[in-house]
Amino acid sequence: MIKLKKKTPLIDQHNKFGFYANKFGGNYCAETMRKPIEDLSKLFEKLRKDRKFLKKRDHYFKNYLGGETPFFKLENLTKHLGGAQIWCKDVSAINGDAHKAYHATVNALICKESGKRYIAGDTGAGMFGKNLAMAAKKMNLKCKIFMGTKDISRQAPNVKFMRDAGAEVVPVDSGSKTLVDAVSECMRHYVSNCDNTHLAVGSAIGCNIFLKICAWSTSQISRELKKQLIKEFGEIPKLKLINVIGGGSSALGFWNEFIDYDKKHVELIGVEAKYAAPLSTNAKVAVLHGAAQYCLTNKEGQIAETHSLSAGLDYPGSSPLHGLLKDSGRARYTNASDKEALAAFKLITKLEDIRPSLEPAHAWSECIRLAPKLKKSDVLVVNNCGKGYKDKKIYIEQLGYYPK
Amino acid sequence: MKNSINNAFKIAKKENRPALISYTVCGDNTKEKSLQILNSISKDLDIAEWGIPHNCPTADGKDIQNSSYRALQNGIRLNDIFKLVKRFKKTKPSKPMILMGYYQMIFNYGDKKFIRKCKEAGVDGLIVVDLSFPDNKNFAKLCKKNSICFVQLIAPTTTVKRMKEIIKSSHEMIYMISSISTTGSALKYSIKRIIKNYNVIKKIKPSKNVVIGFGITEKTISNLRSADGLVVGSAICREITRSLKDRQNPVTNVSKLVRKLKNKII
Repeated sequence: MIKLKKKTPLIDQHNKFGFYANKFGGNYCAETMRKPIEDLSKLFEKLRKDRKFLKKRDHYFKNYLGGETPFFKLENLTKHLGGAQIWCKDVSAINGDAHKAYHATVNALICKESGKRYIAGDTGAGMFGKNLAMAAKKMNLKCKIFMGTKDISRQAPNVKFMRDAGAEVVPVDSGSKTLVDAVSECMRHYVSNCDNTHLAVGSAIGCNIFLKICAWSTSQISRELKKQLIKEFGEIPKLKLINVIGGGSSALGFWNEFIDYDKKHVELIGVEAKYAAPLSTNAKVAVLHGAAQYCLTNKEGQIAETHSLSAGLDYPGSSPLHGLLKDSGRARYTNASDKEALAAFKLITKLEDIRPSLEPAHAWSECIRLAPKLKKSDVLVVNNCGKGYKDKKIYIEQLGYYPK
Repeated sequence: MKNSINNAFKIAKKENRPALISYTVCGDNTKEKSLQILNSISKDLDIAEWGIPHNCPTADGKDIQNSSYRALQNGIRLNDIFKLVKRFKKTKPSKPMILMGYYQMIFNYGDKKFIRKCKEAGVDGLIVVDLSFPDNKNFAKLCKKNSICFVQLIAPTTTVKRMKEIIKSSHEMIYMISSISTTGSALKYSIKRIIKNYNVIKKIKPSKNVVIGFGITEKTISNLRSADGLVVGSAICREITRSLKDRQNPVTNVSKLVRKLKNKII
């Protein structure tokens, strides 16, 4: 069993080659990318210790993204399920509607510091694309977003947003026409333009530096949550933190401050989409997009196609950091089907005022399964990491309505 | 055949020309066709390079992506590739064969088993696009142990310090990426700049055979003829795509193209 290091941030538990537990991550990239990612690593290590930069980050998080996102109890749902107390960390209340806002803003800030004028990113559900487009506009950067053509049509509201913000949306029509192809094409763009372009990888995936920047950015979520929990309970109560997993960026942010806690005290539960579930279906380790990770492949080693109603979860791989959390036993992973996610949305929106997007609807589904089996003293917190309006069309198609 | 790659360069040097290296995707568009193409062009080649198709090729442009896609559609598998290499080497034992691919395909098969199979099939060299220095040290050693040349890559972004380390750990052939790009885009840099980069590498260790690849076509090849070797890949893959689209025989068309390329450098 792999052991995690205490008091060392999860993102820093890698060896000099960028591997976690000698197994996950690494830098499997073309020689052309080596120097740019080395430069970026140096810059990031400098900036994360730089008080001025941190102040700038906090300023943007507060004034541009709207500051702390709310944390509240879902009284009706708790009563309805009749078990554990259910709480919501409503990250979707952020300006930008999802946790990707942190990650996009930090990337734009780093791009600015690097002196590069162009920024490129991939997106599946469009949440990262939209936030990157916004941040780029704010910081006067030229922005290109790579997105699969299937996702462009199913996440149209976000695409419009990106274009209105002045970003160029590059349609990717190869392979399955979804996130996996968008990431590949974005990396190709970077290989060809790394002298003037900053690559903002949309999740905690890719070569070591990219996943570090991502998880470092989203960790704002758990910094806030920790304070909010103490304010509410006077201590960190016995907790279960439930988060949806696509690449895994929101979960890493939601869990970061709680990694060192015993899992009997703070349990970490990741929920994947049923047909894009490398962590919960015993997939093999494979090399995808620059890193070794749990990933769905066929027998020959070709990357498998995935199927999810949710564009943000329709990805065969997973963050190397989740591989580390899985193998160390610190987090456990399960999955939910499209149907279960839709049913969760239906129930949540009937009882409560939140409108989760399809991605967190998967986490809510696990919460609904789990809560009745638990005691009143147990606290379940779900990261409601995305706003539902982007999936309005899909919800109407599937459920026949979208609640007010 | 330990030195067949070195020999190929020696022969080219004796003829006062760069070695011509083709890149095609094994299995494009069928297993048999890809072998026919290679057999037919090999008389004009000094070294043959075969791509192992992968469905997530992050360093390849459209042309090679198309070739890989066709090969995979037709069901090519690693074991087929080894068999095809064996058949190729049986008729052309002195023609060096280099396999090029992404690390995932090798990792999935198992490093040791992969290299053993390469050796059995008669593979002379390996290029693994996304296994760069220093992460490739162990793999390179394993290749050397099995008399397979592990070809290191050097890019325009590679610093001189790093270049020296890469060259030090390299075997008899080094692959220089012409410009900052994926495969198959037009040359981004001037010929002068490419040759300048090439000379930096050669100066560090003149005895290494340095080949230039990425963006080399019928138009640009003669300007780079002072290099030890030149790799043409996407231009050939493009010709296969065109032939299939026009319902022509890719074997004849590609052979004609390779002959033309050869004529430009002799």
